[in-house]
Amino acid sequence: MDKKLVIPGEFLSDDPSQADEGTYVENNRVFSSVFGIASFNNGIRVVPMAGKYIPKPGDLIVGIIKEVTYSNWIVDIRSPYDGLLHISEIPRRIENDEMSKYLKIGESIMTLVSDVDANMKVELTLNDQRLRPIKEGRIIEVTPSKVPRFIGRSGSMIAMLKNETKCNIFIGQNGRIWITGKDKGMELAIKSLLKIEKETHIPGLTDRITKFIKEEKGEKVKVKVPEKKEESIEEGIEKNIEEEKTSSGGILDELLGDEK
Amino acid sequence: MSKPEKLIENGIRLDGRKPDELRPIKIEVGVLNRADGSCYFEFGGNKVIAAVYGPREVHPRHQQKSNSAVVRYRYNMASFSVEDRKRPGPDRRSIEVSKVSREALEPVIFQEYFPRSAIDIYVEVLQADAGTRTAGINAASIALADAGIPMKCLVSACAVGKIDGTLVLDLNKDEDNYGQADLPVAMTPDGNITLIQMDGNLTKDEFKEGLEMAKTGCMAIHEMQKAALMEKYSSQIEGENNE
Repeated sequence: MDKKLVIPGEFLSDDPSQADEGTYVENNRVFSSVFGIASFNNGIRVVPMAGKYIPKPGDLIVGIIKEVTYSNWIVDIRSPYDGLLHISEIPRRIENDEMSKYLKIGESIMTLVSDVDANMKVELTLNDQRLRPIKEGRIIEVTPSKVPRFIGRSGSMIAMLKNETKCNIFIGQNGRIWITGKDKGMELAIKSLLKIEKETHIPGLTDRITKFIKEEKGEKVKVKVPEKKEESIEEGIEKNIEEEKTSSGGILDELLGDEK
Repeated sequence: MSKPEKLIENGIRLDGRKPDELRPIKIEVGVLNRADGSCYFEFGGNKVIAAVYGPREVHPRHQQKSNSAVVRYRYNMASFSVEDRKRPGPDRRSIEVSKVSREALEPVIFQEYFPRSAIDIYVEVLQADAGTRTAGINAASIALADAGIPMKCLVSACAVGKIDGTLVLDLNKDEDNYGQADLPVAMTPDGNITLIQMDGNLTKDEFKEGLEMAKTGCMAIHEMQKAALMEKYSSQIEGENNE
């Protein structure tokens, strides 16, 4: 078994060179520093079951404008630290007194962490083709440490969700998820995302979610063709496996593919 | 209750325990939805609830440290936690307990990971029956782990005391009131002591023996803390690699 649930202080290995995130080394022995799931492939890391988002340069996140100052927007990024978006970090030039016209308090943005200094001053930017203010859709919040599970191996989970719900889903590293699409699709997407959040630690996640979505959809057509339900589940799984094989390349490109 | 004639008779204590026996413990993890981490801890007649928030922004600002997180610990007894109504609010005793409990947990928390932030620990005593500070520390360390805060290890705590000249583990209310000594100890699983206080008198040898007893007690509690955390995610993760 190469994964297990560990508590802080649990002994993991005698090889300090293997130590990665969520661990610490004492007397050349590796211990877990958080309560979470330890994995032993390509180095030892422990993914915590909970915890706050700590910004890193290069993270794509969803922020909400908290305050507008003379030349900065102060952005809530679901972290102990506020994000700062400077007036020069947006795609077009605007005057200082027009900042609120561009982004008001309460509005959401899809943004990139450009720099974090030793004092945890977090600088954000919108100066990128992929980034923009969020004008439509819905945002839900999940545990930041679980974000990789929402994306799945090389984007398999998100690709499946997008395909099944016909929604556009962007997962910010800070655990905010932005969903746009038709009402019904969004509802299904949110239901599935919340199910993923609850069951991240149980094996066979992608399959279970595929089944869940099929069932949710199946309920609506049940009256007409009740026998077909089981078949569709199997089809779904096969289809999903194919997707996992074919999906490759940047996750981001996938996320934004149909928006570009 | 007035002073009983004997607190221990033929090696059996008032509540039927042996000298080296802990009171029954019940632990529940994640009992509060609003808190980042929480724990309900029953230690014999003690009932405490611990909530952990953070790391989060520091208010008031002047408390923040530029190179590490600040840990704030608030121990509070509910007015209904004891027989005579306790006057609500912080008093001399609860301020002291808050300070020593915070210092019992600070050495295991990786505070330097979160500069300019605060980790808040709130411990509420719902029912008190001697040993609330140890119950509070046990609960708080589980709540910290539940909140996903990086730490070196869990901290476990229990008390040793002397009644009728015999050393006993984990005093209850009557033993605490009429006994000769009370020695609360908090330690990490490798035996590093993070809290030790003493009320009453013990000889040098008794102290050494008492400390060993406390160590055994803390180890037993550590196992229960671990089991409680594991319990929260009881459906196991074996075979997750199939995905």
